[in-house]
Amino acid sequence: MQDLGIRVLFLGNNFARLLQGLWITIRISLIAVALSIVFGVLLGILMTVKNPVIKAMTKIYLEFIRIMPQLVLLFLVFFGLTKSYGINLSGETSAIIVFTLWGTAEMGDLVRGALISIPKHQYESGAAIGLTKWQVYRYVIIPQILTRLVPLAINLTTRMIKTTSLVALIGVVEVLKVAQQIIEANRYTVPDSALWIYGTIFFLYFFACWPISLVAKRLEKKWKTT
Amino acid sequence: MDIGFIVEYIPLYVEAAKLTLGIGLIGIALSLIVGLLIAFIQYFKIPILRQMATGYIELSRNTPLLVQLFFLYFGLPKVGIRISSEGCAIIGLCFLGGSYMAEAFRSGMESVEKGQEESAFALGFRKSQVVRYVILPQALSVSIPALCANMIFLIKETSVFSVVALADLMYVAKDLIGLYYKTDEALLMLVIAYLIILLPISIVAAILERRIRYAGFGN
Repeated sequence: MQDLGIRVLFLGNNFARLLQGLWITIRISLIAVALSIVFGVLLGILMTVKNPVIKAMTKIYLEFIRIMPQLVLLFLVFFGLTKSYGINLSGETSAIIVFTLWGTAEMGDLVRGALISIPKHQYESGAAIGLTKWQVYRYVIIPQILTRLVPLAINLTTRMIKTTSLVALIGVVEVLKVAQQIIEANRYTVPDSALWIYGTIFFLYFFACWPISLVAKRLEKKWKTT
Repeated sequence: MDIGFIVEYIPLYVEAAKLTLGIGLIGIALSLIVGLLIAFIQYFKIPILRQMATGYIELSRNTPLLVQLFFLYFGLPKVGIRISSEGCAIIGLCFLGGSYMAEAFRSGMESVEKGQEESAFALGFRKSQVVRYVILPQALSVSIPALCANMIFLIKETSVFSVVALADLMYVAKDLIGLYYKTDEALLMLVIAYLIILLPISIVAAILERRIRYAGFGN
């Protein structure tokens, strides 16, 4: 039993290094989510504007971002920008740009959906009982939008964390790269470490995303009736 | 922009696109089957299998395909399980897609009112007949938008297959960038290739979504 590959996890500070690697992807996704919530709300409001030009532009942006695999977008920013415009971005910066662009598109669509799902009579009844325009938004519209939006935004976070695993492919040293380093370093002493290390990463991702999606599910259920 | 270069290397992209599509379609077909099976397991509340299905769904929905592929392709050979690149890609896609499809089917089946099930029982239908003649026809029409969205999602996910040494579109693009430093041309062709694959699917999905009205009773 002494030659079990799992011991590679506890050699030196390997496990801590893996966690640090995971933190890098999580940090990228948290920054991207924060930015995309801000821009997404703006985009969502912009999309409800009845100007045909704005409508067409937002539509094209949305469709293009959503139809392209995120990895293609990463390649476009990471390799494309450098070659065409001489802009040298680090892997992490280009990842944040790409995931913000993507998150903004997703979030914008969610905000738009929440906005148009509020029936017109809500505004009118609010006005009819003498609320000012600000009060209508403050007490009637925004609470309803938030209960619809918050679970979806939390869900977006888990999707973001999962998708940021792609940054390994543009050379960011995150959890998968750290894993490769550990596996290579122990190739002779622990030949079957790959199984254990990749298995660990699998569960690390699971335990990073699972609680978040549980919270989202619970909130969604709780606020369904409102 | 070097047009000659683009024309010269179009065949490479066509081959890669065929591979992506082929594996994508097999993976999607398998994940539809897995999804339907799991939806049935949850609907019929089959004891142990049901808990396993829940565990599987949570596990597959909360981990990225990239990590699943790394485990399959680099991890499993260490215990003697060697799977070819194509095998890994298909298994990975099916593992990921199965849970998404299951959720789509389940939400469709849940949208059918309880009263219909009860009326069917009152008419003397067996449970399997209820599913076959009452639930499924209505559930499918509700599920179709979600199923289409999942298909697009899964085809997009195929872009990570290059890590298991499959010569897919990303692999070809990266190769051309590395070999000839024709970044613009390679990336342009990459974008166009994905547009050609995904745009028609997404347009068909949008049309389907508009055409399929809720086929349920009432409404």
